[in-house]
Amino acid sequence: MKASKNNVLAGQHYLDGNHATAEGAIAAGCKFFAGYPITPSTEIAERVSRRFPLLGGLFIQMEDELASMAAILGASWGGAKSMSCTSGPGFSLMMENFGLGIMLETPCVLVNVQRGGPSTGLPTLPGQADMMQARWGSHGDYEVIALAPDSPQESFELAIHAFNLSEKYRMPILIMTDECVGHMTEKVVIPPAEEIELIERRYTDKPPGKAWPFELTENLISPMLPLGQGYKFHITGLTHNEKGYPAIDAETQEKNVRRLIDKVNKHADEIIWLEEKDVDDADVVVMAYGISARVMQPAIAKARKEGIKVGQIKMVTVWPFPEKRVRELAGKVKALIMVEMNYGQVFLEMDRCAAGKCRTYLAGHAGGTVHNPEVIYNLIKESIK
Amino acid sequence: MSIQVKQPVEGEHPMEKLLRMDRIPHIWCPTCGLGTVVTALAVALEQLQLDLNNVAVVSGIGCTGRVAGYMKLDSFHTTHGRALPFALGLHLARPDMKVVVFSGDGDLISIGGNHFIHTARRNVDMTVICVNNFIYAMTGGQVAPTTPITARSATSPYGNYENPFNLPLLAASCGAVYVARWTALHIRRLTTAIKEAMTKKGFSFVEVIAPCSTLYARLNKLGSGLDLMKFYHDNSIIRHGADVREVGIDFQSKIVVGKFLDIEKPTYIDSVNAGYKRAFGDKYKPYGGTHGGI
Repeated sequence: MKASKNNVLAGQHYLDGNHATAEGAIAAGCKFFAGYPITPSTEIAERVSRRFPLLGGLFIQMEDELASMAAILGASWGGAKSMSCTSGPGFSLMMENFGLGIMLETPCVLVNVQRGGPSTGLPTLPGQADMMQARWGSHGDYEVIALAPDSPQESFELAIHAFNLSEKYRMPILIMTDECVGHMTEKVVIPPAEEIELIERRYTDKPPGKAWPFELTENLISPMLPLGQGYKFHITGLTHNEKGYPAIDAETQEKNVRRLIDKVNKHADEIIWLEEKDVDDADVVVMAYGISARVMQPAIAKARKEGIKVGQIKMVTVWPFPEKRVRELAGKVKALIMVEMNYGQVFLEMDRCAAGKCRTYLAGHAGGTVHNPEVIYNLIKESIK
Repeated sequence: MSIQVKQPVEGEHPMEKLLRMDRIPHIWCPTCGLGTVVTALAVALEQLQLDLNNVAVVSGIGCTGRVAGYMKLDSFHTTHGRALPFALGLHLARPDMKVVVFSGDGDLISIGGNHFIHTARRNVDMTVICVNNFIYAMTGGQVAPTTPITARSATSPYGNYENPFNLPLLAASCGAVYVARWTALHIRRLTTAIKEAMTKKGFSFVEVIAPCSTLYARLNKLGSGLDLMKFYHDNSIIRHGADVREVGIDFQSKIVVGKFLDIEKPTYIDSVNAGYKRAFGDKYKPYGGTHGGI
């Protein structure tokens, strides 16, 4: 299905990452936004609140982030494409109902414009230290899909992609951007509506009485049941069976949780999105996501100019982690470097998958500013010694 | 001596249309007040002759939170305290549907207290049935923000000393348009209240005083659940239109019941539409109405 013309501001714009995220969401057909103000994410909510009234969407500023996350789940079950945005402290509060979204397999999009933490941290300065919280922040075992844009243009595009993934895999999708991308203003080209492909929600084709909200299907993604059409379905955050009924036993738990995990892992190859450059003959590969994938460019260019065989991988998706690719590379290269604004979060996964087959390095710091490319350059030099 | 076995009654159980019979027996204790409150909702729905496809029930966590699992409606068992914002999202996406939030005092008023005051303030069009048993029952009988002073609980073993909330006062002062209180034995009056609440446009609130037979009754030596249910009923004073400031409940005191508030105010969606109409005039298409959601 194509995007609706009404929703797409086709043309060339000069937008910051947050406004571009909002435009991407609107183009994707988002019609319900519930959020709570928090720096540096507020521009998303502000733009949505300005744009929605004449587009038939509904913006609501909730009493807190707990309510915001709960409300977008409710709206999604009501049939609306829904989203919220936040930053670290709000992300912590949202983890409760993010888990409910995972458990109820509810399509929606949650944007975290990361700032420095822990606690109140650095409200107006960038960080990338919520990456493990994105992965494990709600209690229990599950898998997530998280995207990380590196520019306003990509913020627009990944917002659409996030909605498509949420409908395709029937789950909440995380956009883990950061203050730097959120507040960076650049040219954004919004294509005409007919060039924007949207994935629509898949509802059951079975009649009431024959369809269940968590029906086991071959690809592990159950079609949803529409509200108010006589299915009289039940869904619960308790461990449940295919019918959606609670079943408090180890066997149901295994089936329920296993499916949440397998649903993502078995589709990992089609979900994972890496942008690789000069990797084939590389001695060292630098990996990064979000703004750090741009900041590493001068360092890589300088090293290559000096004849160092350095390749790069920009992770457009961070979760699920590209485990297979990193294991492959670890057997070929001398070193892998992870560049991120934290003290080693996604690095831990890279290091685990390298499994001692190559050296691993972290270019990390506590956030507040992007990396000095010189630090990355020095690490590249050190890694091939 | 022979035992006479009664022949099973032929035909459909009268509640079959509204209860998930494949989930019966339920988990509630014998003589818990919840059974009668669920029946009151079921009877209210029947008498209102609503299209049951168009009614959704949302619950939080706790004994009362399990109601969603037994009603044969589109039903949502959410997280602790978050039934109201979940229901708000559901309602705003599908304003043509009737949304009933059915949950307990701990869920709605303690952990969900912030959502309660804001959903009432916004006058979101939904019916909230709050079963107040004065205690956290599911977790083993701990003190609640509704526990009367001196009442014992698992975490107030020497008697509660915190002031409890007066729920009708809270609902009314935050912006509800309909506020009533009955006990679990006022079955006919409770059914009428639920019908009125569901017909009302806006945030309607029905508090139901119900016994927790296993914990509250036992810890406070108040007899069986049935004894306590009768006590609440027999010690209630019907006072419609009572000043909500004067309907607080003390330990084993008289309980003022009745319809306390029934007023008209624009709902949340009315206010959304009025606000954008002011800003955009005819360019704005009103939100809501029959299938006029998102």
